[in-house]
Amino acid sequence: MALHNPNKTEIQRPVGNLYIFSSIVIAVLLNGLPWEGVALMLRPDFVAMVLLYWCMHKPMRIGIGMAWAVGIFADVADASLFGQHALTYTLLAFGGVVLHRRLQMFDLRQQTTQVLGLFALTYTVYALMHWLIDGDVVWGYFLGCITSTLMWIPLSLLLQGLRQIRVGRDS
Amino acid sequence: MIDNTHSFRFFQRGPSPVVRLVFFVTLSLLLMFVDARYRYLESARSTLSVLVSPIQSLASLPGRIWRDVGDYLTLQSSLKNSNHALQTQHVVDAGQLARLQALELENKQLRDLVALPIRDTYTTTLAEIIYSERDLFKRKVVINKGADAALQAGQVVMDDNGIVGQITRVYPWLSEVTLITEKDHVVPVQVLRNGLRTIIFGAGDTSQLALRYMPISSDIQEQDVLVTSGIDGTYPAGIPVAKVTKIERDAAYPFARITCLPLGGVDRHKHLLILSAQAKLPELPPSEVSVEDARNAKAKRKK
Repeated sequence: MALHNPNKTEIQRPVGNLYIFSSIVIAVLLNGLPWEGVALMLRPDFVAMVLLYWCMHKPMRIGIGMAWAVGIFADVADASLFGQHALTYTLLAFGGVVLHRRLQMFDLRQQTTQVLGLFALTYTVYALMHWLIDGDVVWGYFLGCITSTLMWIPLSLLLQGLRQIRVGRDS
Repeated sequence: MIDNTHSFRFFQRGPSPVVRLVFFVTLSLLLMFVDARYRYLESARSTLSVLVSPIQSLASLPGRIWRDVGDYLTLQSSLKNSNHALQTQHVVDAGQLARLQALELENKQLRDLVALPIRDTYTTTLAEIIYSERDLFKRKVVINKGADAALQAGQVVMDDNGIVGQITRVYPWLSEVTLITEKDHVVPVQVLRNGLRTIIFGAGDTSQLALRYMPISSDIQEQDVLVTSGIDGTYPAGIPVAKVTKIERDAAYPFARITCLPLGGVDRHKHLLILSAQAKLPELPPSEVSVEDARNAKAKRKK
Protein backbone atom coordinates (compact mmCIF):
# COMPACT_ATOMS: atom_id res chain seq x y z
CA MET A 1 0.00 0.00 0.00
CA ALA A 2 2.83 2.30 0.86
CA LEU A 3 4.21 1.42 -2.54
CA HIS A 4 1.53 3.53 -4.20
CA ASN A 5 2.14 7.16 -3.57
CA PRO A 6 2.96 7.27 0.12
CA ASN A 7 2.64 11.06 0.09
CA LYS A 8 -1.09 10.96 -0.37
CA THR A 9 -1.93 8.18 2.03
CA GLU A 10 0.24 9.44 4.89
CA ILE A 11 0.86 12.87 6.24
CA GLN A 12 4.52 13.86 6.13
CA ARG A 13 5.75 13.94 9.68
CA PRO A 14 8.51 16.22 10.91
CA VAL A 15 11.99 14.71 11.03
CA GLY A 16 14.50 15.45 13.74
CA ASN A 17 18.07 16.34 12.90
CA LEU A 18 19.21 13.59 15.22
CA TYR A 19 17.26 11.06 13.17
CA ILE A 20 18.92 12.19 9.93
CA PHE A 21 22.35 12.27 11.53
CA SER A 22 22.03 8.82 13.08
CA SER A 23 20.77 7.34 9.81
CA ILE A 24 23.89 8.62 8.06
CA VAL A 25 26.18 7.31 10.81
CA ILE A 26 24.50 3.90 10.60
CA ALA A 27 24.98 3.94 6.84
CA VAL A 28 28.71 4.67 7.30
CA LEU A 29 28.78 1.81 9.78
CA LEU A 30 27.11 -0.57 7.33
CA ASN A 31 29.61 0.42 4.64
CA GLY A 32 32.39 -0.28 7.11
CA LEU A 33 31.35 -3.84 7.91
CA PRO A 34 34.07 -6.28 6.87
CA TRP A 35 32.78 -7.01 3.36
CA GLU A 36 35.19 -9.07 1.29
CA GLY A 37 35.48 -10.35 -2.24
CA VAL A 38 32.15 -10.93 -3.98
CA ALA A 39 30.22 -9.53 -1.04
CA LEU A 40 32.20 -6.31 -1.41
CA MET A 41 31.32 -6.17 -5.09
CA LEU A 42 27.65 -6.69 -4.34
CA ARG A 43 27.61 -4.35 -1.37
CA PRO A 44 25.19 -1.50 -1.95
CA ASP A 45 26.60 1.91 -1.10
CA PHE A 46 24.48 2.57 1.98
CA VAL A 47 25.85 6.06 2.49
CA ALA A 48 24.95 7.08 -1.04
CA MET A 49 21.45 5.65 -0.64
CA VAL A 50 20.74 7.39 2.65
CA LEU A 51 22.17 10.67 1.34
CA LEU A 52 20.01 10.48 -1.75
CA TYR A 53 16.95 9.69 0.34
CA TRP A 54 17.44 12.76 2.51
CA CYS A 55 18.35 14.98 -0.44
CA MET A 56 15.07 13.97 -2.03
CA HIS A 57 12.90 14.28 1.04
CA LYS A 58 14.55 17.08 3.00
CA PRO A 59 16.57 19.08 0.45
CA MET A 60 16.58 22.08 2.78
CA ARG A 61 18.46 20.17 5.48
CA ILE A 62 20.67 17.68 3.69
CA GLY A 63 22.06 19.22 0.55
CA ILE A 64 25.13 19.29 -1.57
CA GLY A 65 27.46 20.69 1.09
CA MET A 66 26.51 18.02 3.60
CA ALA A 67 26.94 15.28 1.00
CA TRP A 68 30.40 16.61 0.24
CA ALA A 69 31.37 16.57 3.92
CA VAL A 70 30.11 13.00 4.32
CA GLY A 71 32.09 12.10 1.19
CA ILE A 72 35.30 13.40 2.76
CA PHE A 73 34.72 11.12 5.75
CA ALA A 74 34.03 8.22 3.39
CA ASP A 75 37.35 8.97 1.69
CA VAL A 76 39.17 8.74 4.99
CA ALA A 77 37.34 5.56 5.93
CA ASP A 78 38.03 3.88 2.58
CA ALA A 79 41.55 5.29 2.22
CA SER A 80 40.64 6.46 -1.27
CA LEU A 81 41.90 9.73 -2.68
CA PHE A 82 40.70 12.84 -0.88
CA GLY A 83 37.69 14.08 -2.82
CA GLN A 84 36.90 10.91 -4.72
CA HIS A 85 33.82 9.97 -2.71
CA ALA A 86 33.16 13.64 -2.04
CA LEU A 87 32.87 14.33 -5.76
CA THR A 88 30.50 11.42 -6.39
CA TYR A 89 28.30 12.22 -3.40
CA THR A 90 28.18 15.86 -4.49
CA LEU A 91 26.89 14.83 -7.91
CA LEU A 92 24.41 12.44 -6.31
CA ALA A 93 23.12 15.10 -3.95
CA PHE A 94 22.80 17.56 -6.81
CA GLY A 95 20.71 15.04 -8.71
CA GLY A 96 18.58 14.41 -5.65
CA VAL A 97 18.05 18.09 -4.85
CA VAL A 98 17.29 19.14 -8.41
CA LEU A 99 14.96 16.23 -9.08
CA HIS A 100 13.32 16.10 -5.66
CA ARG A 101 10.00 17.53 -6.82
CA ARG A 102 9.75 15.15 -9.73
CA LEU A 103 10.85 12.15 -7.66
CA GLN A 104 8.32 12.89 -4.95
CA MET A 105 5.54 12.77 -7.54
CA PHE A 106 6.44 9.20 -8.41
CA ASP A 107 5.67 6.12 -6.39
CA LEU A 108 8.54 3.98 -5.19
CA ARG A 109 8.67 1.71 -8.24
CA GLN A 110 8.89 4.63 -10.62
CA GLN A 111 11.45 6.26 -8.38
CA THR A 112 13.64 3.18 -8.70
CA THR A 113 14.25 3.72 -12.40
CA GLN A 114 15.21 7.35 -11.81
CA VAL A 115 17.44 6.37 -8.92
CA LEU A 116 19.22 3.81 -11.08
CA GLY A 117 20.29 6.62 -13.39
CA LEU A 118 21.68 8.68 -10.50
CA PHE A 119 23.55 5.74 -9.01
CA ALA A 120 24.92 4.77 -12.42
CA LEU A 121 26.21 8.31 -12.85
CA THR A 122 27.95 8.36 -9.49
CA TYR A 123 29.46 4.89 -9.90
CA THR A 124 30.70 5.82 -13.36
CA VAL A 125 32.31 9.01 -12.09
CA TYR A 126 34.02 7.10 -9.28
CA ALA A 127 35.36 4.45 -11.65
CA LEU A 128 36.39 7.14 -14.14
CA MET A 129 38.39 8.97 -11.50
CA HIS A 130 40.07 5.74 -10.61
CA TRP A 131 40.81 5.01 -14.23
CA LEU A 132 42.33 8.45 -14.73
CA ILE A 133 44.63 8.09 -11.75
CA ASP A 134 45.52 4.40 -11.66
CA GLY A 135 44.68 3.37 -15.19
CA ASP A 136 42.50 0.35 -14.55
CA VAL A 137 38.82 -0.38 -13.98
CA VAL A 138 37.30 -3.24 -12.00
CA TRP A 139 34.04 -3.98 -13.79
CA GLY A 140 32.60 -5.88 -10.85
CA TYR A 141 32.44 -2.56 -9.06
CA PHE A 142 29.36 -1.62 -11.10
CA LEU A 143 27.38 -4.49 -9.56
CA GLY A 144 27.08 -2.33 -6.45
CA CYS A 145 25.13 0.19 -8.49
CA ILE A 146 22.46 -2.41 -9.27
CA THR A 147 22.20 -3.70 -5.71
CA SER A 148 21.96 -0.12 -4.45
CA THR A 149 19.02 0.41 -6.78
CA LEU A 150 17.37 -2.83 -5.71
CA MET A 151 17.74 -1.80 -2.08
CA TRP A 152 16.05 1.55 -2.75
CA ILE A 153 12.48 0.43 -2.06
CA PRO A 154 13.30 -1.41 1.21
CA LEU A 155 15.40 1.53 2.39
CA SER A 156 12.73 4.10 1.61
CA LEU A 157 10.06 2.03 3.36
CA LEU A 158 12.35 1.50 6.34
CA LEU A 159 13.24 5.17 6.79
CA GLN A 160 9.60 6.13 6.28
CA GLY A 161 8.40 3.52 8.76
CA LEU A 162 10.92 4.43 11.45
CA ARG A 163 9.83 8.04 11.16
CA GLN A 164 6.22 7.10 11.91
CA ILE A 165 7.20 5.02 14.92
CA ARG A 166 9.31 7.78 16.39
CA VAL A 167 6.69 10.43 15.96
CA GLY A 168 3.95 8.11 17.26
CA ARG A 169 5.92 7.56 20.45
CA ASP A 170 6.54 11.26 20.96
CA SER A 171 2.94 12.42 20.64
CA MET B 1 16.26 26.01 -16.65
CA ILE B 2 16.56 24.17 -13.41
CA ASP B 3 15.28 27.07 -11.39
CA ASN B 4 11.97 26.98 -13.25
CA THR B 5 10.67 24.66 -10.56
CA HIS B 6 10.82 27.43 -7.97
CA SER B 7 10.46 30.67 -9.87
CA PHE B 8 8.89 32.45 -6.91
CA ARG B 9 11.47 32.82 -4.23
CA PHE B 10 9.72 33.60 -1.00
CA PHE B 11 12.62 32.55 1.17
CA GLN B 12 16.27 33.19 0.94
CA ARG B 13 17.88 29.83 0.40
CA GLY B 14 21.47 30.77 -0.26
CA PRO B 15 23.24 29.95 -3.52
CA SER B 16 21.40 27.86 -6.09
CA PRO B 17 22.15 24.13 -6.43
CA VAL B 18 24.13 24.72 -9.61
CA VAL B 19 26.45 27.18 -7.91
CA ARG B 20 26.92 24.80 -5.00
CA LEU B 21 27.54 21.90 -7.38
CA VAL B 22 30.22 23.79 -9.28
CA PHE B 23 31.86 24.93 -6.05
CA PHE B 24 32.01 21.51 -4.44
CA VAL B 25 32.98 19.68 -7.61
CA THR B 26 35.86 22.10 -8.13
CA LEU B 27 36.89 21.67 -4.51
CA SER B 28 36.81 17.87 -4.84
CA LEU B 29 38.80 17.88 -8.06
CA LEU B 30 41.35 20.21 -6.50
CA LEU B 31 41.67 18.00 -3.42
CA MET B 32 42.07 14.92 -5.61
CA PHE B 33 44.74 16.57 -7.69
CA VAL B 34 46.67 17.67 -4.60
CA ASP B 35 46.27 14.26 -2.95
CA ALA B 36 47.34 12.33 -6.03
CA ARG B 37 50.30 14.51 -6.97
CA TYR B 38 51.62 15.67 -3.63
CA ARG B 39 51.34 14.34 -0.12
CA TYR B 40 50.27 17.49 1.68
CA LEU B 41 47.02 16.13 3.07
CA GLU B 42 48.32 13.25 5.18
CA SER B 43 48.03 15.17 8.44
CA ALA B 44 44.44 16.21 7.64
CA ARG B 45 43.69 12.59 6.83
CA SER B 46 45.07 11.31 10.10
CA THR B 47 43.14 13.97 12.02
CA LEU B 48 39.87 13.00 10.36
CA SER B 49 40.64 9.34 10.88
CA VAL B 50 40.42 9.95 14.63
CA LEU B 51 36.75 10.78 14.09
CA VAL B 52 36.15 7.86 11.75
CA SER B 53 38.03 5.16 13.64
CA PRO B 54 35.40 4.65 16.40
CA ILE B 55 32.82 3.94 13.69
CA GLN B 56 35.23 1.63 11.96
CA SER B 57 36.07 -0.30 15.08
CA LEU B 58 32.36 -0.55 15.85
CA ALA B 59 31.81 -1.93 12.36
CA SER B 60 34.46 -4.59 12.81
CA LEU B 61 32.92 -5.58 16.15
CA PRO B 62 30.37 -8.16 14.86
CA GLY B 63 33.08 -10.03 12.99
CA ARG B 64 35.32 -9.98 16.03
CA ILE B 65 32.54 -11.23 18.32
CA TRP B 66 31.72 -13.98 15.81
CA ARG B 67 35.34 -15.06 15.81
CA ASP B 68 35.68 -14.91 19.57
CA VAL B 69 32.55 -17.03 20.02
CA GLY B 70 33.96 -19.44 17.44
CA ASP B 71 37.25 -19.56 19.37
CA TYR B 72 35.39 -20.23 22.59
CA LEU B 73 33.34 -23.05 21.14
CA THR B 74 36.23 -24.94 19.51
CA LEU B 75 36.10 -28.65 20.02
CA GLN B 76 38.58 -30.12 22.43
CA SER B 77 39.73 -32.64 19.84
CA SER B 78 40.69 -29.91 17.35
CA LEU B 79 42.49 -28.02 20.11
CA LYS B 80 44.36 -31.18 20.99
CA ASN B 81 45.25 -31.79 17.36
CA SER B 82 46.51 -28.28 16.81
CA ASN B 83 48.43 -28.40 20.07
CA HIS B 84 50.08 -31.60 18.96
CA ALA B 85 50.92 -30.15 15.57
CA LEU B 86 52.36 -27.03 17.18
CA GLN B 87 54.49 -29.08 19.55
CA THR B 88 55.90 -31.16 16.71
CA GLN B 89 56.58 -27.97 14.80
CA HIS B 90 58.23 -26.50 17.87
CA VAL B 91 60.61 -29.44 18.19
CA VAL B 92 61.58 -29.14 14.54
CA ASP B 93 61.97 -25.37 14.82
CA ALA B 94 64.03 -25.62 17.99
CA GLY B 95 66.43 -27.94 16.23
CA GLN B 96 66.70 -25.57 13.30
CA LEU B 97 67.09 -22.58 15.60
CA ALA B 98 69.99 -24.22 17.39
CA ARG B 99 71.63 -24.85 14.05
CA LEU B 100 70.91 -21.29 12.96
CA GLN B 101 72.51 -19.90 16.10
CA ALA B 102 75.60 -21.99 15.54
CA LEU B 103 75.74 -20.83 11.93
CA GLU B 104 75.21 -17.21 12.94
CA LEU B 105 78.09 -17.43 15.36
CA GLU B 106 80.26 -19.01 12.75
CA ASN B 107 79.17 -16.41 10.22
CA LYS B 108 80.03 -13.63 12.63
CA GLN B 109 83.47 -15.03 13.23
CA LEU B 110 84.09 -15.41 9.52
CA ARG B 111 82.86 -11.88 8.87
CA ASP B 112 85.09 -10.62 11.66
CA LEU B 113 87.97 -12.34 9.96
CA VAL B 114 87.36 -10.58 6.64
CA ALA B 115 86.12 -7.38 8.37
CA LEU B 116 82.70 -7.24 6.69
CA PRO B 117 79.86 -5.41 8.46
CA ILE B 118 77.38 -7.69 10.18
CA ARG B 119 73.95 -7.89 8.57
CA ASP B 120 71.20 -5.94 10.26
CA THR B 121 69.02 -7.78 12.70
CA TYR B 122 65.38 -6.85 13.10
CA THR B 123 62.92 -6.98 15.90
CA THR B 124 59.30 -7.52 14.97
CA THR B 125 55.99 -6.10 16.09
CA LEU B 126 52.88 -8.23 15.97
CA ALA B 127 49.74 -6.66 14.54
CA GLU B 128 46.30 -7.87 13.63
CA ILE B 129 44.39 -7.23 10.41
CA ILE B 130 41.23 -5.30 11.20
CA TYR B 131 39.79 -5.49 7.76
CA SER B 132 40.92 -6.23 4.27
CA GLU B 133 40.21 -4.71 0.88
CA ARG B 134 37.99 -1.74 1.64
CA ASP B 135 38.23 -0.69 -1.95
CA LEU B 136 37.69 -3.10 -4.83
CA PHE B 137 40.36 -1.32 -6.81
CA LYS B 138 43.12 -1.84 -4.31
CA ARG B 139 44.89 -4.68 -2.58
CA LYS B 140 45.23 -3.20 0.85
CA VAL B 141 44.60 -4.24 4.42
CA VAL B 142 44.29 -2.17 7.57
CA ILE B 143 46.08 -3.31 10.72
CA ASN B 144 45.43 -2.36 14.32
CA LYS B 145 48.70 -0.62 15.12
CA GLY B 146 49.71 2.84 14.00
CA ALA B 147 51.77 5.76 15.15
CA ASP B 148 51.13 4.66 18.75
CA ALA B 149 53.36 1.62 18.15
CA ALA B 150 55.98 3.77 16.38
CA LEU B 151 55.22 2.33 12.96
CA GLN B 152 56.45 4.19 9.92
CA ALA B 153 55.50 4.19 6.30
CA GLY B 154 57.84 1.96 4.35
CA GLN B 155 58.24 -0.75 6.96
CA VAL B 156 58.04 -4.31 5.74
CA VAL B 157 55.13 -6.53 6.74
CA MET B 158 55.46 -10.30 6.72
CA ASP B 159 53.96 -13.38 8.26
CA ASP B 160 55.64 -16.60 9.30
CA ASN B 161 55.99 -17.76 5.69
CA GLY B 162 57.06 -14.73 3.75
CA ILE B 163 56.60 -11.13 2.71
CA VAL B 164 53.03 -9.84 2.77
CA GLY B 165 53.48 -6.17 1.93
CA GLN B 166 54.61 -2.81 3.06
CA ILE B 167 53.13 -0.11 5.31
CA THR B 168 52.07 2.76 3.12
CA ARG B 169 50.14 5.03 5.45
CA VAL B 170 50.17 5.45 9.21
CA TYR B 171 47.26 6.79 11.23
CA PRO B 172 47.27 7.39 14.99
CA TRP B 173 45.94 3.91 15.82
CA LEU B 174 45.79 2.17 12.48
CA SER B 175 48.00 1.70 9.50
CA GLU B 176 47.44 0.72 5.94
CA VAL B 177 49.40 -2.10 4.39
CA THR B 178 49.74 -2.39 0.63
CA LEU B 179 50.00 -6.05 -0.31
CA ILE B 180 52.63 -7.29 -2.72
CA THR B 181 49.80 -8.36 -5.03
CA GLU B 182 48.77 -4.72 -5.58
CA LYS B 183 48.99 -3.77 -9.22
CA ASP B 184 52.52 -2.70 -10.19
CA HIS B 185 53.85 -3.22 -6.70
CA VAL B 186 57.48 -4.23 -7.11
CA VAL B 187 59.76 -6.39 -4.97
CA PRO B 188 63.36 -7.11 -5.95
CA VAL B 189 63.93 -10.84 -5.61
CA GLN B 190 66.41 -13.53 -6.42
CA VAL B 191 65.98 -17.19 -7.22
CA LEU B 192 67.01 -19.19 -4.18
CA ARG B 193 68.36 -22.05 -6.29
CA ASN B 194 70.91 -20.12 -8.35
CA GLY B 195 70.93 -16.52 -7.12
CA LEU B 196 69.44 -15.10 -10.34
CA ARG B 197 68.27 -11.54 -9.58
CA THR B 198 65.04 -10.14 -10.91
CA ILE B 199 62.00 -8.08 -9.99
CA ILE B 200 58.54 -9.39 -9.15
CA PHE B 201 55.35 -7.44 -9.91
CA GLY B 202 51.91 -7.63 -8.36
CA ALA B 203 49.13 -8.53 -10.77
CA GLY B 204 46.43 -6.47 -9.06
CA ASP B 205 43.24 -8.27 -9.95
CA THR B 206 44.26 -11.69 -8.71
CA SER B 207 46.39 -12.82 -5.82
CA GLN B 208 49.20 -13.67 -8.22
CA LEU B 209 52.59 -12.22 -8.93
CA ALA B 210 54.48 -12.03 -12.21
CA LEU B 211 58.09 -11.89 -13.31
CA ARG B 212 57.89 -9.63 -16.33
CA TYR B 213 61.28 -9.09 -17.88
CA MET B 214 62.90 -12.50 -17.78
CA PRO B 215 64.52 -13.56 -21.06
CA ILE B 216 63.28 -16.85 -22.48
CA SER B 217 66.68 -18.40 -21.99
CA SER B 218 66.94 -17.52 -18.30
CA ASP B 219 67.53 -20.36 -15.91
CA ILE B 220 64.30 -20.51 -13.99
CA GLN B 221 62.10 -23.51 -13.32
CA GLU B 222 58.68 -24.19 -11.94
CA GLN B 223 58.64 -24.59 -8.14
CA ASP B 224 61.64 -22.28 -7.81
CA VAL B 225 61.48 -20.25 -4.60
CA LEU B 226 62.09 -16.52 -4.87
CA VAL B 227 63.52 -14.64 -1.89
CA THR B 228 64.12 -10.93 -1.46
CA SER B 229 67.50 -9.84 -2.75
CA GLY B 230 67.74 -6.83 -0.45
CA ILE B 231 69.04 -4.64 -3.23
CA ASP B 232 66.52 -1.82 -2.90
CA GLY B 233 67.21 -1.25 0.78
CA THR B 234 63.52 -1.54 1.64
CA TYR B 235 63.10 -5.28 1.86
CA PRO B 236 65.79 -7.03 3.87
CA ALA B 237 67.53 -9.86 2.05
CA GLY B 238 66.61 -13.50 2.25
CA ILE B 239 62.91 -13.43 3.10
CA PRO B 240 60.79 -15.81 1.02
CA VAL B 241 58.43 -14.04 -1.37
CA ALA B 242 56.92 -16.38 -3.91
CA LYS B 243 57.07 -19.69 -5.67
CA VAL B 244 57.06 -20.00 -9.46
CA THR B 245 53.91 -21.80 -10.56
CA LYS B 246 53.86 -21.52 -14.34
CA ILE B 247 56.33 -20.62 -17.06
CA GLU B 248 55.27 -20.00 -20.66
CA ARG B 249 58.15 -19.72 -23.08
CA ASP B 250 56.84 -18.45 -26.38
CA ALA B 251 59.52 -17.84 -29.00
CA ALA B 252 57.46 -15.01 -30.49
CA TYR B 253 58.11 -12.84 -27.42
CA PRO B 254 61.48 -11.81 -26.05
CA PHE B 255 60.38 -12.43 -22.47
CA ALA B 256 58.98 -15.52 -20.82
CA ARG B 257 55.62 -15.25 -19.12
CA ILE B 258 56.14 -16.37 -15.56
CA THR B 259 53.43 -16.42 -12.91
CA CYS B 260 54.10 -16.98 -9.24
CA LEU B 261 52.08 -17.40 -6.10
CA PRO B 262 53.03 -15.56 -2.92
CA LEU B 263 54.38 -17.77 -0.13
CA GLY B 264 53.20 -15.52 2.65
CA GLY B 265 49.52 -15.74 3.51
CA VAL B 266 48.68 -12.53 1.70
CA ASP B 267 44.96 -13.27 1.67
CA ARG B 268 44.73 -15.66 4.56
CA HIS B 269 46.23 -14.73 7.87
CA LYS B 270 44.90 -12.56 10.63
CA HIS B 271 48.19 -11.76 12.33
CA LEU B 272 51.14 -10.07 10.72
CA LEU B 273 54.69 -9.29 11.72
CA ILE B 274 56.12 -5.85 11.10
CA LEU B 275 59.87 -5.51 10.87
CA SER B 276 60.74 -2.68 13.20
CA ALA B 277 63.61 -1.08 11.32
CA GLN B 278 64.20 -0.39 7.71
CA ALA B 279 67.44 -1.64 6.26
CA LYS B 280 70.10 1.05 6.16
CA LEU B 281 72.24 0.79 3.10
CA PRO B 282 75.43 2.79 2.80
CA GLU B 283 75.06 5.85 0.59
CA LEU B 284 75.68 5.47 -3.10
CA PRO B 285 79.26 6.35 -3.87
CA PRO B 286 79.01 9.94 -5.08
CA SER B 287 82.43 10.05 -6.72
CA GLU B 288 81.45 7.91 -9.70
CA VAL B 289 78.41 10.05 -10.39
CA SER B 290 80.44 13.22 -10.26
CA VAL B 291 83.09 11.73 -12.54
CA GLU B 292 80.33 10.71 -14.92
CA ASP B 293 78.84 14.20 -14.74
CA ALA B 294 82.17 15.77 -15.35
CA ARG B 295 82.70 13.55 -18.36
CA ASN B 296 79.27 14.48 -19.70
CA ALA B 297 79.97 18.13 -19.11
CA LYS B 298 83.26 17.81 -20.93
CA ALA B 299 81.60 16.00 -23.80
CA LYS B 300 79.03 18.75 -24.03
CA ARG B 301 81.68 21.42 -24.01
CA LYS B 302 83.56 19.67 -26.81
CA LYS B 303 80.41 19.67 -28.88
